[in-house]
Order: sequence, then structure tokens, then C-alpha cells
Amino acid sequence: MKLTEKENDLLSGKHGAGLKKAMEILVALGKIYGAKEMVPVTSAQIAGISYKNIGDPGLEFLRDWAESNARAHIPAFMNPAGIDRQTWRQLGFPEGFAKKQLEIIEILKQMGVRATLTCTPYHIGIVPQQGEHIAWSESSAVSYANSLLAARTNREGGPSALAAAFCGRTPRCGLHLHENRLATHRILVKCPAKTSADYGMLGYLIGKKIGQGIPYFQGLEIPANEAERTACLKALGAAMAAAGAVALFHIEKVTPEANDYGERIIKQDCKLIEIDSLEEAQRALHQVGQQVDLVALGCPHVSLEELAAIAGLIQNRQLKSPLWIATSAIVREQARAKNLVSMIENAGGRVLADTCMVVAPLEEMGIKHIGTNSAKAAVYLPSHQSAIVHFGTTERCVQAAISGHWED
Amino acid sequence: MVKITARIIYSGKVQGVVLKSEAPLSFFGAVDPTTGLVKDSQHPLFGQCIAGKILIFPYAKGSTVGSYILYGLKKRGLAPIGMILEECETIVAVGAIISEIPTVDRVRTNQFHTGDLVRIDEGEVYLEEKSHC
Repeated sequence: MKLTEKENDLLSGKHGAGLKKAMEILVALGKIYGAKEMVPVTSAQIAGISYKNIGDPGLEFLRDWAESNARAHIPAFMNPAGIDRQTWRQLGFPEGFAKKQLEIIEILKQMGVRATLTCTPYHIGIVPQQGEHIAWSESSAVSYANSLLAARTNREGGPSALAAAFCGRTPRCGLHLHENRLATHRILVKCPAKTSADYGMLGYLIGKKIGQGIPYFQGLEIPANEAERTACLKALGAAMAAAGAVALFHIEKVTPEANDYGERIIKQDCKLIEIDSLEEAQRALHQVGQQVDLVALGCPHVSLEELAAIAGLIQNRQLKSPLWIATSAIVREQARAKNLVSMIENAGGRVLADTCMVVAPLEEMGIKHIGTNSAKAAVYLPSHQSAIVHFGTTERCVQAAISGHWED
Repeated sequence: MVKITARIIYSGKVQGVVLKSEAPLSFFGAVDPTTGLVKDSQHPLFGQCIAGKILIFPYAKGSTVGSYILYGLKKRGLAPIGMILEECETIVAVGAIISEIPTVDRVRTNQFHTGDLVRIDEGEVYLEEKSHC
């Protein structure tokens, strides 16, 4: 790999041990994935924040790296953590867990990483431009940035995204190169997909079928309303990244690269997949049963518009089951200013910031039966939280929270 | 003695006894970070300790948190002293670098057996002594 003088200095330890380690990570990954050089990146999004996921080994590593005085040199921000910093006590989050989690957040802040604690940075004004090189790690945000914004990022791990934040660069390989962004599969959708839950189911099916491939969708009737469209495509990308490892998708006449290149964004030897029904996904994601300990929405984190729609559904109702809606602290503040949070709280629901049902310590809190509208959450909850999942539309989830049980 | 050329992932020199897995390894979930024991009962190395060994396996799989597990093991003196893989990916590369464990890849692992004495010297691997068991 060809390195600049600055990069060689970083690698030789001229700028300290912490940056040396960061550059070693970037060079090793570049070597493995065949990069010829580094590319400057404009932002880094850091996953691996929740103490539930990284545990003591991750906390120790971050603590040690921070002590080496390594600091972010580009805008860098955090993925969700395992607690809501404002309300964890009220919600009964375990104190020992919360203390460790707060320490992780403090360490990262010390490293110059902003405590945005969200998987949807694009809902709080962090919106990279088309063609911009970035180093993001949250898989649904990677998919969103690559596909809907046409920014360029590989799916980074926590340490490699931090290394990119410290050094301001990442190896130029994978999805940073146009030739690796061509569709490997043409997906012909022949059944209706209307709600974000439908898009999640479609994403589940495609993720399972194509693994690391790049799909090009045809036949989708995308909602005309922009907020609904964003919610649907966010759910599609998140589910493909959870069920498979899809980091980029194209949609005919919708996504920027499909618009710019037309069919030239599809590989000559691409495979064809036809989707006639979403039933298989419904069967895989949903477990039959009535009990609901928690209805959890907001995986990925909801936008202000989604939050307003949910508030409208539960306005003047009294919920029998706990309802959590997860978002970023910034969106929650915006929602507070519009009285949406009080509407939801008056009905008995909660708006959680900084965290979500996938990375909070639900199992430790005795929460087992979970209703959700998120296909991504339905993929992860059984394995990450030993949960039993009821999957359905937002309306069906809200209905379950109102009646106190799930109706099939 | 057999000499094999490899690709350096994290450079270093180390000599030790081989613990070999035919199956890929998921450090997160399959290895106990407080003991170094393989705790996944479905894994061929179940019950074995990876501490102090030259760990040879085809590739890693599973969560990227696996990198941190290697770091946690290293801090407790329970990490492998070297790693040899067929194809190294992100989890092991990052884990090897942050934990400073000499690691190479692009090696055919079927020429090694548990109990062999092996030396990693930067980008070269020496099979010093075959295991007799």
C-alpha cells in the first residue's frame, strides 16, 4: 500500500502510541481488503457503545486507548448505548450496568466523540453528501448513507471506525470504489409492500437470500410522503443488514446512483430474484402468543415525523402494556417542544433516548415477550435478549399496547 | 523443519505449541474471556484453553466484539501467543493489533496439528517439531 508522509509518521509512532495503533489497524485492514492507498474521510460513526455488547473487555480497551491521548480529528459520533441517560433510574435499569455504561460514554467523549447516541445520525442533521467518503459502523446507518445518500462507507467495526476518527482516513477499498458498488442481484418485487413493517419483511427475505450482495429493486411502489418513504427505506436497509450483511442497495428511479447510472449500476452477470409474497418473513419474524411485556418501537431510532404519527395513534388512550419508543436525545427534545412527549406519557408510553430494545439490558430487567414493528429487532431480540417476539405493523403494535395483549 | 511463507497481519517473533481448530472460531460467545476456555459445546475445541498457545484456525466468524475478547484475554495473560490463519478478516486483524499478538495468514492450516512446535518469525512460519500424539 502506498502511504503518504503523514501516514508513515502516524504508523511509525511519531504522533504517539494511540495513533500508531490506529494507523496499524487501518493499514492491516487495507492490506486484507486489497487497498492501494488511504482515502480521507469526513466523519466517523462509532458502534460498539453498549456495555451489554462490549462488556468489560471493550471498556478496558477503550479506557487504555483514551489514556494514550488519541483524539478524533474529524466529526465523530456514537451509536446507541445501553441506557437512557435521563430516565434510566425511573425505568428501572440496573445501577451496576448504568455505571459501566456511563463510564464508556465518558471515555469516548474524552476521545472527542460526540454523545449523539443514535443509529440514525441522518435524523439529527448529520447528512453526508453524494460521493463523500465516511467511516460509519452501525449497519443500518451504513446502508442508509450508502444507498439513499450515495455517500461511501464500508461497514466498519467499532475499533476501525475509531481508528478512522483518529487518523481522518480509511483504506480505499470495498464500497469506497465505484466498481464495487454495482448491483449483484436484480430483485423483482411482485407483491405489494406498503408499511414500514412490509419493507422490513422484504429486507429480511433479501438479506437471507443474498448475504453480502448488492440488490437493485424493481417494482416497488415507494410512498409519496417523504417521511413515510424514509421510514420504509430505513426499515428495508436495516433488515437486510441484520438478516444478511447488505451494506448498499439501489432502487430503480429512487436512489441517487440508480438515477445517475440507470441500469449501468447493475452487474452484467447479476442474478434475478422474484418476490411474490412476504409470508415467509412474517412466519420467521413473528412468534404466536398473546403475552406482551413490552411494545418497543424505534429500531432504527424514529424520526420526529414517525414519533408524531405514533403519538397521534395513542392520543387520549390508556395503555395496558408498557410502550417504549426509541430515538435520539435531539429528536426527543424537538418532540418535547411540540408536546408530543407529554401526549405519549399521558397515555402511559415512554420516549427513550440514547438507547433501544436491542442494546438495553432487557433480559436482566425481566422483559421477555416483546411486540415490535422492526424486522431488524425481530432478527436480533431472540438471540441477543432471549426474547419472544411478536412482529407486526406500527398500528398492530400500538393496538397491543392499548389492549395489553397481542392479537394474531 | 519446514518453512512456510505467510502474510503478516501483526508482526513479531514467537515460538510455542499449536492448538489447532479445523472449524472457524467465534471469539465472542465461544471463548470465555475470564478463563481462555472454549465454552461453545458445539465447537471442536470445546473445553480446551487457548492461553499461551499458537492458535491455528481457518478464519474467525461472528460478532466484531470478538476483537475485544482477544484484548480482554491478553490483559489477563490468557491470550494465544500467536495466531496462524488461512484467511484473516477484520475481527482477528483488529484483535491481533490491539492485543499485540503476532499473527499471520495465507497459510494452509492442514499441515499443522495440535501439539506441534511452531515458530512465527515475522512473515515466516517454521514447523520445528511434529507432535507425536
